[in-house]
Amino acid sequence: MNLKVKNNKAWFLVLPVLLIVAFSAVVPLMTVVNYSVQDIFDQNSAVFVGTEWYRELLNDPRLQDSLVRQFTFSSAVLLIEIPLGILVALMMPTKGKMASLCLVVLAMPLLIPWNVVGTIWQIFGRADIGLMGAFLNGIGIDYNYAANPVDAWFTVLLMDVWHWTSLVALLCYSGLRSIPDAYYQAAKIDRASAWSVFRYIQLPKLQSVLVIAVLLRFMDSFMIYAEPFVLTGGGPGNSTTFLSQTLTKMAIGQFDLGPAAAFSLIYFLIVLLVSWLFFTTITHLDNKR
Amino acid sequence: MNKRKIFGISLYILFLMLPIYWLVMMSFKSNEEILGSLTYWPQHFSFENYISIFSDPSWYMGYVNSMIYVLMNVVITLATALPAAYAFSRYRFLGDKPLFFWLLTNKMAPPAVFLLPFFQLYSSVGLFDTHIAVALAHCLFSVPLAVWILEGFMSGVPTEIDETAYIDGYSFPRFFIKIFIPMIRPAIGVTAFFSFMFSWVELLMARTLTSVEAKPIGAIMTRTIGGEGVDWGLLAAAGVLTIIPGCLVVWFVRDHIAKGFALGRV
Repeated sequence: MNLKVKNNKAWFLVLPVLLIVAFSAVVPLMTVVNYSVQDIFDQNSAVFVGTEWYRELLNDPRLQDSLVRQFTFSSAVLLIEIPLGILVALMMPTKGKMASLCLVVLAMPLLIPWNVVGTIWQIFGRADIGLMGAFLNGIGIDYNYAANPVDAWFTVLLMDVWHWTSLVALLCYSGLRSIPDAYYQAAKIDRASAWSVFRYIQLPKLQSVLVIAVLLRFMDSFMIYAEPFVLTGGGPGNSTTFLSQTLTKMAIGQFDLGPAAAFSLIYFLIVLLVSWLFFTTITHLDNKR
Repeated sequence: MNKRKIFGISLYILFLMLPIYWLVMMSFKSNEEILGSLTYWPQHFSFENYISIFSDPSWYMGYVNSMIYVLMNVVITLATALPAAYAFSRYRFLGDKPLFFWLLTNKMAPPAVFLLPFFQLYSSVGLFDTHIAVALAHCLFSVPLAVWILEGFMSGVPTEIDETAYIDGYSFPRFFIKIFIPMIRPAIGVTAFFSFMFSWVELLMARTLTSVEAKPIGAIMTRTIGGEGVDWGLLAAAGVLTIIPGCLVVWFVRDHIAKGFALGRV
């Protein structure tokens, strides 16, 4: 680590970033805060209503239900993708042409626009024209993601695993590459089993990248919008309507500016809070060791 | 490499590739064949779907629009994030740590939260339905991420290099452009890749901030759902075409991608 020099002139270097983020984050956020405490009829008439929207929202079943669904979805995603990602990273070839080929193939799902990911799975899962849907129905499972909530959940989860496990795998892969060879040689001399190599060498070394992976996966899964929107449209019923979609419906569909703004702030605060909790717990555990 | 590992990774790659394979195959089929029966290979290989995309400006302009705002976003992101990341990696200054964390919180903001104010903000300054509006909106998450990645890489460059350059009489701008930037080229490549990726795949903001002139391809794809149901072949072809730019970009940075995904912090 380099020693840093104290120099307040460095502010000038940060200024452009500050301006651009202020324009694209602070101003809009202030607008949201402003809306969330007003009842807006049209351009010129707005009434200050204080915390009314917040109170109303917290008792609103739309928010509560989608919040529960959102947390279920995000936990399921983390529970599947983190172990699977580590496993894939462990299996990846380490050298040569095959390694770069694997990297490129793994990165591919990450570079597909999110709505196209939805489209791909929409096609793939349909019973009449999709390979997976046709296969599942062919072996006698009555599978239809557009009508059955369980199938819809299965498809949305599978789609997310398909889409994002690669990110976890690539992060872990880079973490594994940074382990010096000497560690493995020492383990070999000690006749360590594959499991203890993983438990005592690889896993601790992966910790810093796993923090990034968990945080990124949590944040992104919590904001998921386009994929389920294209795949199921939030249905059947409301069974796959997550927070972003509820909010978008409220803000664009119904133009309830006040409640939508209050919803936005609650949403943002939840993401911040949970991310902060993850971050502090993980770093705290790290310090205790 | 043992056999179990090869088997496992092949299985995973098969899982990744099957849906894409199905999409690609479908894009070469006619709608009659798609709806008629399940075929694993197009019976009548046709480029009909691709031809209809490339001959219709309202289709292919979607790709052009998307490319324009993505490139703008990459340029703006790099231009602003490079000096800022240098400042964070080299200097301590008033409020540096809170500022850094505040930047990161913007990456945590759900795009849906900013939808409404963005719409009004950009409408009121007359930027609605322009490419620059989408590019600026995407800066919300690409700039913090870029600063984070670049800071990680730059902290790995020894400060002795800076000092030697200053002793040799380089001014800061000249040192930065002539010496420092060429030195961290891989980091810049990775950052550009990430900005590209997040801007290219994002649809919610891009769709809300545009209507006609700068409409992204993702929004245009919903057009395939017409009166007589969905035009699956056309939809598949449009989807395949959105995958290609990503593949090209990832090929260029393949050697640095592993380190890049760890944001330079391994």
